[in-house]
Amino acid sequence: MRATLAAASLLRHRARTLLAILGVAVAAAMLLDMVMLASGMRESFRQLLMSRGFELRLAPKGTLPFDTDATIPNVASISSTLRSNPDIRLISPVLGASIHVPVGERTVSSAVLGIDPLVQGDYEMTEGRDVTDMGSIVVNDYLLAQLGKRIGDTIDVATGYDPQTRTYAGRRPLKISGRVRFLYGAAEQSASAMRRETLEAMGGPRDRASLFMISLAAGADAERVRIWVERTFPNVTAISIATAIASVDERLGYFRQLAFILGAVSLFVGFLLVTTLVTVSVNERAGEIAVLRAIGVARSHIVQQIVIEGVVLSVVGALLGLGLGLVTARYLNTILSDFPGLPVAIDFFLFQPAAAWTALGLLVASGIGAGVYPAWRAASLPISTTLRREAIA
Amino acid sequence: MTDDGRIIELREVKRDYAVGAERVHALRGVTLDVARRDYVAVVGPSGCGKSTLLNLVGVIDTPTSGTVAVAGRRVDAMRDREATNFRLLNIGFVFQRFYLMPILSAFENVALPMAEAKVGTAERRERAARLLSYVGLSAREKHRPAELSGGEQQRVAIARALANEPALLLADEPTGELDARTGAEIIALFEKLNADGTTIVVVTHDEDLASAARRKIHMRDGLVVDA
Repeated sequence: MRATLAAASLLRHRARTLLAILGVAVAAAMLLDMVMLASGMRESFRQLLMSRGFELRLAPKGTLPFDTDATIPNVASISSTLRSNPDIRLISPVLGASIHVPVGERTVSSAVLGIDPLVQGDYEMTEGRDVTDMGSIVVNDYLLAQLGKRIGDTIDVATGYDPQTRTYAGRRPLKISGRVRFLYGAAEQSASAMRRETLEAMGGPRDRASLFMISLAAGADAERVRIWVERTFPNVTAISIATAIASVDERLGYFRQLAFILGAVSLFVGFLLVTTLVTVSVNERAGEIAVLRAIGVARSHIVQQIVIEGVVLSVVGALLGLGLGLVTARYLNTILSDFPGLPVAIDFFLFQPAAAWTALGLLVASGIGAGVYPAWRAASLPISTTLRREAIA
Repeated sequence: MTDDGRIIELREVKRDYAVGAERVHALRGVTLDVARRDYVAVVGPSGCGKSTLLNLVGVIDTPTSGTVAVAGRRVDAMRDREATNFRLLNIGFVFQRFYLMPILSAFENVALPMAEAKVGTAERRERAARLLSYVGLSAREKHRPAELSGGEQQRVAIARALANEPALLLADEPTGELDARTGAEIIALFEKLNADGTTIVVVTHDEDLASAARRKIHMRDGLVVDA
């Protein structure tokens, strides 16, 4: 009966209830977006790092992967030592450099990764085949468009440009064997990959790597291996996913603060909206409530009825808001994804069921809270005084 | 206090209100007994304390001093939960402005106090239907208050007041918002109720209603001047 009375009193002023629900929906959408923003980039980054199963990355001491041109020497020796650790399953050394391809009167430059195609974790094939021989190269869509070439075409690739002598360290024709999507590259960034031996043969630094990507055996403790690596190779920094995320967390702290503040404001606005509406409704129904109390309806049941009204407004608004929040998050994500230099795979707003549940939980809690004040008012109405006031009115 | 045929016993009851800095003495020491099955009309000029008296008997207000007993129980110092439960099971209220729940049907309005008293669904249905039939509204049980006339609404309110078979029916100006013909229907209904054994105390300015009662209590300036 209490639920019936609560629902009925909400339906009594349908337009007002609808407007309140829409208001709560907007606040809920904002709250969901802020919850998604607070954890989205972090989770998206974590998923990106985990996507190819490499738990550790080794970079030259004091740097982050590809932050500088510094490289790690003695790749063969380091790889051999790493393989001796039973916790390590795969090792993928990567050498970063630049290539230059003459196209008519101009030269197209691009980043290039020297990799081992059997163990690489930097790209996904989207068309064609991988760099299975020394004479092939794979490129991303952006570079392919810049070159004006197609898969199967051969391009004249130069590396190791010396700006003083205006010469290249190496040059050779390479066949475009496939089109790839680089996981860590930005959308509008030329990128390519070839076998590391090819890059070395074209004048690149020998037996050196910009980065080692390491995949661990099942059950291995990443932190233990990380410490072992840093102790064994003093000239490298070992970065686990946890330390990478901690670093990202540090850099994105202001995003989370912003999201937290805006989320809290949204929640408060929703709270005030529901409190105001239910309080107005209680004031309008003071006589009815006093009569309910007079005929023997318990104070606690009046409280429950009013709180149910607040919760219904919040839950219905929240459910609408979750849908609205997802739509706006997708739209905002599209805008923010064009931010220069960000990997294509990074999302600012990442939907996670936990985020939706958190937003819903906060709104329901706020709905209960919003109903408390008007419920307390309703339950505290002095019966005889209220009836007398109503009779005079 | 014993229930020896008296359903209402008031002893030296006073009720003061604070109105701003002033104290208003609504009741100045009322002593009154009402017997079971009686039909009492409380009359007097506006502001003489009639409604205050009714509120104290109905356990929706407490006296400043004195004692009030209803159906053999002291009700003047009951805690809220006890008073609420007492009202639910022992007292039926009828108000001048009906105060039906506008979003509930006539049937649901009558069933409301029974649901509160945790009466089983089947019995609730049977009793609500019987009460609506008793007040002559069987055909209108699905109608909402806005679809009923004033007289019909007041009859639904009376059925609601009788829902938990109370020992006492209290009515505050029950004909105050009705025209003469509809008021006469309510007066007739009260007579029928009393004839069937319900104790009724009614506060009224309506001479016809007061004349229908078996006993008239005259009040003036917070005192019973003629019982």
